[in-house]
Amino acid sequence: MALDKNGIAQRIAQELKNGWYVNLGIGIPTLVANYIPKGIEVEFQSENGILGMGPFPFDGEEDADLINAGKQTITTVPGASFFDSATSFAMIRGQHVQLTVLGAMEVSQNGDIANWKIPGKMVKGMGGAMDLVASAENIIVAMMHSNKAGESKILKACTLPLTGVGCVKKVVTELAVLEIKDGKFHLIERAPGVSVEEIISKTEGELVVPDVVPEMHFD
Amino acid sequence: MNKVVKNVEEALFGIQDGMTLMLGGFGLCGIPENSIGQLVKLGTKNLTCISNNAGVDDFGIGLMLQAKQVKKMISSYVGENDEFERQMLSGELEVDLIPQGSLAERCRAGGAGIPAFFTPAGYGTEVAEGKEVRVFNGKPHILESALTADFAIVKAWKGDTEGNLIFKAAARNFNPMMAMAGKITVAEVEELVPAGTLDPNHIHTPGIFVQRIFQGEKFEKRIEQRTVRKND
Repeated sequence: MALDKNGIAQRIAQELKNGWYVNLGIGIPTLVANYIPKGIEVEFQSENGILGMGPFPFDGEEDADLINAGKQTITTVPGASFFDSATSFAMIRGQHVQLTVLGAMEVSQNGDIANWKIPGKMVKGMGGAMDLVASAENIIVAMMHSNKAGESKILKACTLPLTGVGCVKKVVTELAVLEIKDGKFHLIERAPGVSVEEIISKTEGELVVPDVVPEMHFD
Repeated sequence: MNKVVKNVEEALFGIQDGMTLMLGGFGLCGIPENSIGQLVKLGTKNLTCISNNAGVDDFGIGLMLQAKQVKKMISSYVGENDEFERQMLSGELEVDLIPQGSLAERCRAGGAGIPAFFTPAGYGTEVAEGKEVRVFNGKPHILESALTADFAIVKAWKGDTEGNLIFKAAARNFNPMMAMAGKITVAEVEELVPAGTLDPNHIHTPGIFVQRIFQGEKFEKRIEQRTVRKND
């Protein structure tokens, strides 16, 4: 069965390595923080100037001066620090943040990503997404395999305005884990009970399928 | 050097139609709300506003948009604002969208005497159109220029009579870089204290970057997305 959003987040959390600093985007990526594997210590960076971001505050303990990049009230964990926006993006551009997880509208087989603009519709802006994708060594895209119209978001080439070029290495959807290598998608894992045929039929980009595709494993 | 002005009126004296302003804050967090209120009262028009966001319909820079005071916004993210959307789609408002890290660095560069810099952010996207591209360490970068402003208006938690500033939590955001990049920098603070009260080790923005400082009359500090977890 296809995963739900929490399942996608849980699968991405398996990619976390001990000691990493991680930036989570808005939406499914935010949920990754709920599934940190046992024995793994990571610290979350929020590009508006926080390292060591904690969970939402308890009712009545919200602080207007303490929000995340999605403008939600949050808390900090012991050992947290605050800094200005230039320092924050120095961490990002300077590759001091080991992993960026973000959502996307489209991803192409050469690693291009589009997630900020639909021409003709209201344009809200790219925020920090272009800085994040241009610099992160390790970018995982968390998204649904198809859009609401049922069209594949895993493409030969993006049709929407780009956020970054050749930067995405891995995509986790409700159906599959895909790696991007040598200008192609490679099917690494499938969601429990999802057939390889279904994944092939919902992937527009070139997909390399090995003889055996293991199912994702959840504890 | 004493930087204290009596009130917000005196702090914003000299702001004229057509000027470029920087306004600190991320979302509604750390915005100079007293100064924005005064700008609306003054009715200054044709302003170019450099600010990461454009407020919401009835708070922050949104109030200046409602009063049609803004000619151009330079921002990284402008969602959550219906009046903004209306003015942008009708062509009344010019909008220049910039990657957030480039915006921060362009303000920092403006204050630091660096006219331009190369960044990988935006290469291969429409942000790179018309900009010089150069390859460093095998990776393409685009040339981004510094930003400065006639007035930079920032908000701090504590400040002293010398203009030294301390920010609280995530309300720091763009305020320190914008403070550096204003020809005249105005700081509104929640608490104004005599020189010597703040520990010099704890100053975030040294007073040299601040020309005018005042204690804001009141701070609403509105929360945009109140999110809480359940008490166990």
